[in-house]
Amino acid sequence: MHNKLSKSHITAYICIAFGAVIMLAPFYFMFVYATHDNSSILSVPPPMFFGDALAENFAILIERLPYFWHNLGLSFFVAIAVTIANLLLCSMAGYAFAIFEFRFKEVLFAMVMATLMLPPFLGMIPTTMIMSAIGWMNDPKALIIPAACGAMGIFLMRQYISSAIPRELVEAARMDGCSEFGIYWRVIVPLITPAVGTLGLITFIGSWNNFMQPLVVMNDMKMFTIPLALRALQGTGQVPWGAISAGAAIAVLPLLILFIITSRQLIAGLTAGAVKG
Amino acid sequence: MPSVVANQPKPLEMKYRQGLLRKLFGAKAYKAAPYMFISPFFILFFIFGLFPMLFSIYLSFHAWDPVDGLGAMEWIGWENYTFALTDEWFHTSIYNTFWIAFASGIPQHVLAIPLAYFIHSSLTKMRNSVVGVYFVPYITSSVAIALVFTSLFSRDFGVINLVLTSIGNFSIGEFQPLAWLFPTENVDWQRPEYTKPMISFVVFWRYVGWNTVLYLAAMQTIPKDLYEAATIDGARRLQQFWYITLPMLKPMMFLAVTLTIIGNLQLFEEPFIITGGTGGLEQAGKTAAMHMYITAFTESDFGTASAISWILFMVIAGLTWINTKLLGSKD
Repeated sequence: MHNKLSKSHITAYICIAFGAVIMLAPFYFMFVYATHDNSSILSVPPPMFFGDALAENFAILIERLPYFWHNLGLSFFVAIAVTIANLLLCSMAGYAFAIFEFRFKEVLFAMVMATLMLPPFLGMIPTTMIMSAIGWMNDPKALIIPAACGAMGIFLMRQYISSAIPRELVEAARMDGCSEFGIYWRVIVPLITPAVGTLGLITFIGSWNNFMQPLVVMNDMKMFTIPLALRALQGTGQVPWGAISAGAAIAVLPLLILFIITSRQLIAGLTAGAVKG
Repeated sequence: MPSVVANQPKPLEMKYRQGLLRKLFGAKAYKAAPYMFISPFFILFFIFGLFPMLFSIYLSFHAWDPVDGLGAMEWIGWENYTFALTDEWFHTSIYNTFWIAFASGIPQHVLAIPLAYFIHSSLTKMRNSVVGVYFVPYITSSVAIALVFTSLFSRDFGVINLVLTSIGNFSIGEFQPLAWLFPTENVDWQRPEYTKPMISFVVFWRYVGWNTVLYLAAMQTIPKDLYEAATIDGARRLQQFWYITLPMLKPMMFLAVTLTIIGNLQLFEEPFIITGGTGGLEQAGKTAAMHMYITAFTESDFGTASAISWILFMVIAGLTWINTKLLGSKD
């Protein structure tokens, strides 16, 4: 009986290790290929360990995508701007929904949650038209402003504030003569740093990986974000696999670093959003 | 004002003064504040969410090519819808979408539940690393990952073929015990019959960890004394899994399956990158969302594309509703 149990345990461990290899292998090969030139990647068998062609691959990358560093900077700029905007606006709205009593509160909150059900592709075409009508094509504003206050962020903030901040605290601040914005800024904001961290991570990652919105509003190569720039490598002629892998590694690396540092908080935040939402 | 606080009034008096103070100084601020705080969301949603959607309904009843300017819109009633619904490529794309949705979705859940159970019941020190490893695909750029997979799946130099053929050619003397299950020669993944399995695998790879984490979160809420009672009654681990864990997981299965349905039916990025934005040979990898994109931005038919997006939305809403009826009602 006991022996049998441990045997099935060993099988399970082997399965899990096998699965883990499958999960990590693409990342491993991405980094390995980033250090090999095309002829070595295209040989049989393909390289399994790191090579020395990283600089060469970056040279090809810059040759094919002259604005690559600009694209990278733009991706960072957009993701950081979206994150700051969401932290500010979502925490305000979440605070209002968590602490205040006001008319139509339930209906308005239900509306916020209902927008989560709307699939993004539904707005793809008309958003493009609006952006071109107001002259925001190829403008980072088109990626930042519409994404500045997400419903998921409001929900997460409301959850956190209503569980972590007692109403009496707000009442007391109000009695001391603090203005309404002052209460939010000086009392609420310092107390919600854990939720700010989680929401900031989720928002940054979402914006960094966003592909659909930039795909339809950015058509000038200089204004591509990183996913678009990578996609542009695919097209014509011989595919520069080494350069693509180097580019992909650059696109994934910031997220991997963030994830390694914060995985527990990040996973908890993401699941809380999905489970309770 | 500070004097009011400094006087330390008795509770009843305080209540009175508090009300008075509000009326005198802060009444409007207090009432208006929540609306001010939530207004950014609603302003942004009306401009960039609701208005575009209403416009897209309007558009779906018009024939329009964006090159001709806004004046060139022509009312054509349901024609875009009937055209979209009778279009053979639309049928193909819907078929592809469901094919990939099931082929990637079902294995996700079938594997995620036992995996989560094992992590939950047997792992302690390794736990966070294992969860992290399975979860990491979920947070990485799908575009970058799809590109990496495209190279791993290539016929002559792809690592996937290398692994599969070396298993297929594994031999004991002359005998190749695994040749019936694994290929012995390189598979050409570019061929249309492999496009959907390839996309499905990438999608599966990306989301299996996400589902595992969802199930893991649900397992942590199952009361421990249920298992203790079962152990006392002599139930073995497999029985406990079958009779306690699975039934208790039902609400989470409902949620996770709903999320998978919604997500898989709007699949866009993975097939878009893997097929190079074309839909692949014989349109074998073209999903419905891609069909919409191509109709709008390659064929410049914004009216039909809007109609497609609304048809797809109705399909997703309908399936979510059926799912709620089937799985959600008994709770």
